[in-house]
Amino acid sequence: MSTATVEKPEAAADNGASHKITVTFRIRRFNPEVSAEASWQDFVIDIDPKERVLDALHQIKWEEDGTLTFRRSCAHGICGSDAMRINGRNRLACKTLIKDLNPAKPISIEAIKGLTVLKDLIVDMEPFFQAYRDVMPFLVTSGNEPTRERRQSAADRERFDDTTKCILCAACTSSCPVFWNDGQYFGPAAIVNAHRFIFDSRDEAGEQRLEILNDKDGVWRCRTTFNCTDACPRGIEVTKAIAEVKQALITRRF
Amino acid sequence: MQIHKYDTVIVGAGGAGMRAAIEATKRSRTAVLTKLYPTRSHTGAAQGGMAAALANVEEDNWEWHTFDTVKGGDFLVDQDAAEILAKEAIDSVLDLEKMGLPFNRTPDGTIDQRRFGGHTRNHGEAPVRRSCYAADRTGHMILQTLYQACVKEGVEFYNEFYVLDVLLNEVDGVRKASGVVALELATGELHVFQAKAIVFASGGNGKFYKVSSNAHTLTGDGQAAAFRRGIPLEDMEFFQFHPTGIWKMGILLTEGARGEGGILRNKDGERFMERYAPTIKDLAPRDMVSRSIYTEIREGRGCGPDADHVYLDLTHLPPEQLDAKLPDITEFARTYLGIEPYTDPIPIQPTAHYAMGGMPTNVRGEVLANNTDVIPGLYAAGEVACVSVHGANRLGTNSLLDINVFGRRAGIAAAEYASTADFVELPENPEEFVAGQVEMLRDATGTERVSDIRRELQETMDKNAMVFRTSETLTEARDEIAALRERYKGISVQDKGRRFNTDLLEAIELGNLLDLAEVLVVSALARKESRGGHYREDYPDRDDVNFMRHTMAYREVDADGNDSIRLDYKPVVQTRYQPMERKY
Repeated sequence: MSTATVEKPEAAADNGASHKITVTFRIRRFNPEVSAEASWQDFVIDIDPKERVLDALHQIKWEEDGTLTFRRSCAHGICGSDAMRINGRNRLACKTLIKDLNPAKPISIEAIKGLTVLKDLIVDMEPFFQAYRDVMPFLVTSGNEPTRERRQSAADRERFDDTTKCILCAACTSSCPVFWNDGQYFGPAAIVNAHRFIFDSRDEAGEQRLEILNDKDGVWRCRTTFNCTDACPRGIEVTKAIAEVKQALITRRF
Repeated sequence: MQIHKYDTVIVGAGGAGMRAAIEATKRSRTAVLTKLYPTRSHTGAAQGGMAAALANVEEDNWEWHTFDTVKGGDFLVDQDAAEILAKEAIDSVLDLEKMGLPFNRTPDGTIDQRRFGGHTRNHGEAPVRRSCYAADRTGHMILQTLYQACVKEGVEFYNEFYVLDVLLNEVDGVRKASGVVALELATGELHVFQAKAIVFASGGNGKFYKVSSNAHTLTGDGQAAAFRRGIPLEDMEFFQFHPTGIWKMGILLTEGARGEGGILRNKDGERFMERYAPTIKDLAPRDMVSRSIYTEIREGRGCGPDADHVYLDLTHLPPEQLDAKLPDITEFARTYLGIEPYTDPIPIQPTAHYAMGGMPTNVRGEVLANNTDVIPGLYAAGEVACVSVHGANRLGTNSLLDINVFGRRAGIAAAEYASTADFVELPENPEEFVAGQVEMLRDATGTERVSDIRRELQETMDKNAMVFRTSETLTEARDEIAALRERYKGISVQDKGRRFNTDLLEAIELGNLLDLAEVLVVSALARKESRGGHYREDYPDRDDVNFMRHTMAYREVDADGNDSIRLDYKPVVQTRYQPMERKY
C-alpha cells in the first residue's frame, strides 16, 4: 500500500504529546492587486512537526498574515483542493506531515506549475478541467437500459480500479515536464480518467476516447518521466495507466 | 454587479446539488452556483456506502429498511419520508450504477453489499447486508459519477461563486423565491441570479465543533442565509457524532470497518459494545456507540496516558481484506498516526459528523415557511435540509441515500415548478444586504481575530454541546456564544483586496457558524429529554408525551434591530410504527 506523499511514517503512535519546533516556511507570494512580480516570503513559526503542512499554512494565515491565500477543504487528502509544490515536489498540503520534510531547513511552498497563478498558491484550474471534460469522462452505452444493474465480474471491475481513485487535484498533470512546456497536452490526469472508462467493461466509447488521445496533444506526448506517478497523492500508477492507453491504441484491444 | 436570469438555480455542487442539477438541466435552463469546484465537495469524503434493500446477498426489503430508519432516528423521523427514502433507495442505487458508478461486485456480478450500523434483518433480529459500496470511497465515487453525469448532460456551473443571500419577495401576500446573491471569489464581484426556482444543496455546518470530520468549508452557509430571511430551522439540536474519528484529528474512519468485522476495545482489550448493545454490538447506531465510548472514557477505561480514547481493532482481519475493502482508512492511519492497522489498533474518539436538522422541507423538497405553508419556488435537499428522514439520529449509509433520493426529487420539483411559474420580481437593490455585509467586513479594523473567535466557539461547543449535555453546560455554551457574537462585531480582516479574498470568506463563514451554533444550543436547552443524538444527562429518558415533535427555530428581530430565537414545534408524521423502547 503506497503512501505517496509520505516517505516513511515513524513506527507506532506516540503518546500524542505536542512538541513544537521552530520551522521556516518559504512561500512564493503573488498578488496582482499589489504587485505584478511574484516574490518569496519567509514565515518562521513554532509548530508540532507531526502537524500537516496545511496546519502550518493555516497557522500563518490565522495568526500572522491573513492575506496568504490557498485553496483547501477536506484536510485529509480526498477533495483534491490543496495540491502545491512543497520542497520542489507536488503534494497535497493536507497529506504531508512537516516531520517528513526535514524541517531543520526552510520548507519551500509554491503554486503547482504549468497553470496560471492567480494569487499566491491559487492557480487557474479551468484548462485542467477542460482537458478532463474533453476525454468524455462518463459512461457511454447503447440500447435499452436493463431493469436492474449491469452485471460486471469482480475481475472486470478490478481492471480499472486504480484509476477510479483520482481526485482531480492536478498534482500529476502539473508535475509533467511536457505539460509545463505545452499546456495543450491533455496531461496525465485527463488520460487517467479516460483510462477509467476505456477499461470499464460496461462502456462502449473506448474507440472514441482512444481517437481523442491519438491526437498530437494526446498520449504520444508522454515521455514516461514518472513524475506523475511520484506526484499522485492517491498512489495511482499514472504512468502505467498512460502506457496501457498507448498499448490499447496500438493493439486496439482493451 | 451583474444580473443573471435562469429558470432554476441550484446552490451547491455536492451529491444533492448535482443529483438535482442532472434532473433540472433536462427540464429547465439551470445554473449551479458552488463555493467549491464540484469535485471538492464533502460528499467525496463519505466512505462506507449507500443503503438500499437490493437483497443481492441476503433477504432484505424496503419495509425493514424503513423500520430501521425510524427506529435509528429514535422515532423523530417523519415516517412518510422514511418510506419514500427506503423505497426509492433501490432505483437510486441502480441509477448510479447506470451512470457508471463502479460498485464492488458479488461473484455473480451484481452490486455487493455489506453490514452497517443499525441496519437489520426483520426489525432488529440481526445485522443485514444492505450497504452498497465501492471499497471505502463510496462518497468519492458518487461525487465523481454525478460530476461525470453533469459533464455528459452539459450542466452549467458557476464555480467558486459563494451564495450569501436568498431573495424572497411578496406576491399577493405570499413570500416567494426570487433569486440569490453570490460573491464571485476570483474577482470579489457580486452577482444577482434571478430564478423561478432555487434549490439549496449547500451541505452541513459541522465546523462549529473542534473535533470534526467536516471539511473546513462546511459552515452552514445555506442554513444561515435562510435563517436570516426568516425561514425556520428544524431540529438543529440533533447533531451526529460519529464514533470512529481519528483521535484528536477527527478524520473519519468508516463504520464499514466495523461492518467488515472491526471491533471497538477499551484499555483492557474488552469488546465493550457487548455490554451496551448485546445483539448487534459494534454495529449499534452511532449515537449509542458514541455515548458508550465516552462512558468507557469517563469510567476510566479509556486508552493512552490521558485515558481519552479507545481503540478500533482491525488486527484480526486478513490484510488482503483490509487492502480490498478498506484501503483509504488504513492509509489514513498510516499517514496521520504512523500506525500499521495490520498489526496495531487505531486510537479513535467520536467526531462531529452530521447535522440531522436543517431547512424544513416536505417530501418534494419544498422549503417550509412554517408548520404548514411552503415558500413557492424554494427547495432544499441533502444535509442542508431536514425532510426529516434522519430524525434524532441518522443511520450510516442513509445520507448518501438521502442526497440521491431527495436531490433528485428537489431537482425535478424545482424544474417542473419553473416550467409553469413566472419570475418573481427582484426586491429593490437586491444586492444591498450582501454588499453592506461584505464592505463592513472588508473595511473592518477591529482588534478581534476571526481565528480566535472560531477556536473559542469550537472549544465551547466541544465542551458543552457534544455527546453529553446538561442545562448547565448548554447555558454556558449559550452565554459564551452570545459573547462571541458580540466580539464578532469587532473583528478585523487583514486582506483588503477583492481577488480570492479568503480572509473575508472565513469571516463571513464564521458569522454563519456563530448564528447556527446559537440555534443548536437554544433548541437543545429547550428539549428536556434524551433522544437519539441529543442526550441530556439531566433528562436521561425519552419523553414522547412532551417532545415527540420537531423543533422549529425562527429568528426574530425587534424594533431596535436586536435578534433573538423563537422556538415552535411541529408534529412528527407517524404512519405504521408506534414508538418503542430503542434496544439493540
